[in-house]
Amino acid sequence: MGKTLSQKIWDKHIVKSGDGDPDLLYIDLHLVHEVTSPQAFDGLRINGRQVRRPDLTISTEDHNVPTSNVDQPIEDEISLKQIETLRANAEEFGITHYPMGHPNQGIVHVIGPELGLTQPGMTVVCGDSHTSTHGAFGALAFGIGTSEVEHVLATQTLPQPRQETMAINVTGELPSESSAKDVVLAVLGVVGTGGGIGAIAEFRGSVIEALSMEGRMTVCNMSIEFGAKAGLIAPDETTFEYLRGRVNSPSGELWDKALTEWKKLHTDADAVFDREITLNGAEIVPQITWGTNPGQVIPVKGNIPKPDDFDDPAEREAAKRALEYMGLEEGTPISAVPIDTVFIGSCTNSRIEDLRSAASVIKGKKVAKGVRTLVVPGSGVVKKQAEKEGLDETFKAAGFDWREPGCSMCLAMNPDKLDPRERSASTSNRNFEGRQGRGGRTHLVSPRVAAATAIAGHFSTPEDL
Amino acid sequence: MEPVHIIQGTGVPLDRSDVDTDQIIPSDWLKRVERTGFEKGLFSEWKDNPDFILNNEVYSSASILIAGPNFGTGSSREHAVWAIQQAGFKAVISPRFGPIFRNNSMKNGLVPVEVESELGKRLLQEVLEKPFLEFVIDVERALVEVPEIDLTFAFPIDESVQERLLNGLDDIGITLSNEASISKYEEDRLAWLPTQSS
Ligand code: SF4
Repeated sequence: MGKTLSQKIWDKHIVKSGDGDPDLLYIDLHLVHEVTSPQAFDGLRINGRQVRRPDLTISTEDHNVPTSNVDQPIEDEISLKQIETLRANAEEFGITHYPMGHPNQGIVHVIGPELGLTQPGMTVVCGDSHTSTHGAFGALAFGIGTSEVEHVLATQTLPQPRQETMAINVTGELPSESSAKDVVLAVLGVVGTGGGIGAIAEFRGSVIEALSMEGRMTVCNMSIEFGAKAGLIAPDETTFEYLRGRVNSPSGELWDKALTEWKKLHTDADAVFDREITLNGAEIVPQITWGTNPGQVIPVKGNIPKPDDFDDPAEREAAKRALEYMGLEEGTPISAVPIDTVFIGSCTNSRIEDLRSAASVIKGKKVAKGVRTLVVPGSGVVKKQAEKEGLDETFKAAGFDWREPGCSMCLAMNPDKLDPRERSASTSNRNFEGRQGRGGRTHLVSPRVAAATAIAGHFSTPEDL
Repeated sequence: MEPVHIIQGTGVPLDRSDVDTDQIIPSDWLKRVERTGFEKGLFSEWKDNPDFILNNEVYSSASILIAGPNFGTGSSREHAVWAIQQAGFKAVISPRFGPIFRNNSMKNGLVPVEVESELGKRLLQEVLEKPFLEFVIDVERALVEVPEIDLTFAFPIDESVQERLLNGLDDIGITLSNEASISKYEEDRLAWLPTQSS
């Protein structure tokens, strides 16, 4: 029997086979940020250990960084201390570090790919659950906790138990008003928050193949939201074109060699997945979350569900609680709900294509009165490119706030937060209670829907403007 | 890590599904660079509500958190595990765990006990009715016993994890004993893989 893509990558990285116990896997790239690393570096020091491969490790500041006045010292003392701790650790252990204000600084999952650090067939880890993003390149990429960060720093390996494999087929063709975000939200609507637990998901099918690298990153990014260990997509011409000429991509003869190997990275025709689901792409309309977990999804043109519609008592309870927290009325159209804030950013949707798509919706229009709007590019590189294309001017002319790169209102560790009961349309990945600020109400949408919503003042698609 | 053999204690019923790590410890708490002092952050946004079950005096000495399905989904923050442990819990029972949370738990000696969903519901109910019900979680036998209601059930645990828990082994130490295999692997890595010069 043939192997799936993830099994091929897994097998190539076995340092020591576990024979039933976890395999010891080699890690090709370790990305580090300020939040999940301080206690790991402390652990190294306490045990007198070194970073085994500083040359395979790279760090940046993203979660805590303010997105305005970045030339000023950080006001929040605890944030500042955390960032300074990372800088000192990077220095002490010889790790390349991109600090605030550096042209390459940005959200860790945005900078890895754009610097060409994420390549097909690699293993990539980071103390961050959205490491699954890098799977878009046909890499095996997954989030780890702080103990594991320490483990990778010290050994460049990780013991990992084998996972099941899961195929997520998205067939046919996507309607023109839908995007990669709608695809992954639709998947979440089908499988729920636990549907991928214990498995590595491979996204396949004509809709996935037609996506750009940015779109594929959006899809893989949210694999963790349905509990998958990782999500990945087989590399193809789109992948190779994206990588050609990037700073860390191979060049010359090595490029040709790499290409030959990369082309072998796909699931064999006779391989069998442990789980499989199929969605018809033609039926995926623009999506929005209504509740407090990313599996609580409906079409933007749909009605807010009634708890009694759920058969499962636990789901019914969860729906009741979610509606109460979200301040929504069951059975009413979600598009009628007015919003306070629009956030375009995060490692899900802050790449150049996301900004282009949002900008094209708002061009020549104005943000609805009273709506607060933030556009936070994913990295210094994205910001620069957007400014080169004049996207910043489009956003500013419409009334959007154009910010500096970072995680920002995705998790509210910096000053960008929702107030209690404030409602946001957000291009990020988590609508958990309080995620964007205590008591805040988050609705996850695509950049197109976020942009249209900012103009309309209530949830809207560009087609309805 | 301290070895974990037997956990004996009472439970607190947290009857909610999809309790994500943002709820367990809100992001404000993640700015800290220390490894201790997270107990105050545990469920800090829910704790303001006097009706929140963890505020109920009856359950104040509980050492086992009994939760609904999909406990610990979301972010990779190990702070969630530290907060639960530092608040005095030694095990969490749920029908399904977020995978990174589950992993982080085992690295720190917090025992994740996965149960069938019907049993999960029953346990929540039992503990609601009998707050002082005593649980015995035996890591070596991978068994949970609740003598008072005549209940015994097994829970899944990998042998390697079990061994580490029982012996309080340090993962990194074990891996470093494979130094030769790691070096050997490194010799054969593909030539074009990216490296940083620092
Ligand atoms: S943008 Fe949000 S989800 Fe992505 S790494 Fe930052 S905080 Fe995490």
